[in-house]
Amino acid sequence: VKMRPEYQAPPELFYNDDEAKKYTANSHNIEVQTKLTERALELLNLPEDEPALLLDIGCGSGLSGDVLTERGYTWVGCDISRSMLEVAQDREVEGDLMLHDSGQGLSFRTGSFDGCIGISVIQWLCNADKKSNVPHKRLMRFFQSLYTCLRRGARAVFQFYPDSPDQMQLITSAAMRSGFSGGLIIDFPHSTKAKKYYLCLFAGVQQQMPRALGEGGDEGEGASHVSVSGRQTDRTRKRSGKPRDGVKDRDWVLRKKERQRQQGNDVRHDSKYTARKRGPKF
Amino acid sequence: MRLLTHNMLASPVKGANNAFPLKITVEKKEVQETEFNPAFVRHLLPKVDYPALRETVASLGMDPLPEITDELKENEDFLKKLHHVLLEVHIIDGELTCPVTGRVFKVTQGIPNMLLNEDEV
Repeated sequence: VKMRPEYQAPPELFYNDDEAKKYTANSHNIEVQTKLTERALELLNLPEDEPALLLDIGCGSGLSGDVLTERGYTWVGCDISRSMLEVAQDREVEGDLMLHDSGQGLSFRTGSFDGCIGISVIQWLCNADKKSNVPHKRLMRFFQSLYTCLRRGARAVFQFYPDSPDQMQLITSAAMRSGFSGGLIIDFPHSTKAKKYYLCLFAGVQQQMPRALGEGGDEGEGASHVSVSGRQTDRTRKRSGKPRDGVKDRDWVLRKKERQRQQGNDVRHDSKYTARKRGPKF
Repeated sequence: MRLLTHNMLASPVKGANNAFPLKITVEKKEVQETEFNPAFVRHLLPKVDYPALRETVASLGMDPLPEITDELKENEDFLKKLHHVLLEVHIIDGELTCPVTGRVFKVTQGIPNMLLNEDEV
């Protein structure tokens, strides 16, 4: 099994001159990147025949940027690897390039961009390569600053390769806490090879989630995307008139365990002892 | 780096409070012609910080931009001029300086280096 690149070295070191050239010359890679970008653009759902200014996070050597240019969009690309950007420069891509670490937060003015894409990149933000890199903080900084620089109603679509359910949760929850709505779309959820994860985020305005591909008829409907709405606060609960749920009673524990199971975590089986009170200590 | 991107970019340094615009020191700039798309330039108008753009253009010693009026927004010649300023002028080598902290970001081969040190985040 090939080891994931995220485990081998930090992105700015992994994508060195050699790796950057290899990456860009590989025709299979070009094809995959192009397809992923096209799907991300489809999910971005920009109004037709209207020009737009887009942000490409982790633009690398500009393979995704080429697709954007082809569709007539103007783009600005950020990447942490200088080698990759130099390859992009040699290829004379149309977009503006910037050497930048997304985990340090973007510093664009409010409402600058009409949309944002990131292809195979945000899982890199979960790396803790240095002692000072706290994945959770880097993700929060990234998503909060992204929210600011997008126009209200704009979307951001990130295709990524999560390495575990925990990581997926870490990324999604950071995005939601930063004010985005939206959620995860899983294309071809039943195929190991074609399965692709897209985090589809809406800035400001609640929108309808797009449909995933290859779900297979009505049966799988709703099963392969997770949508998230706003948090239920005490105040909204009061308004709805429902009483507060019991704290840590058996039902609560069972529900919590079920949720963890659905997220694919290891959970003890339920028995008559589940959530039973402990006896007094002497 | 185009002046459009420069116009969107605020200082990323901690404590600079997104200071804007970054001061440009040019060593080399270049004009690369691109196709004029009036719809796109009109789309950019509300996004661009026009006073800051005028300031930048003046500091680079280029042809000054006029005061903006509603009439001007429909004027083809004006849009063409904006197109040139925003999308055709590239800063190839030089420096960007944060107006508050004085931190310098180098621009080499058209790529600004916006990486921060750990204590600047």
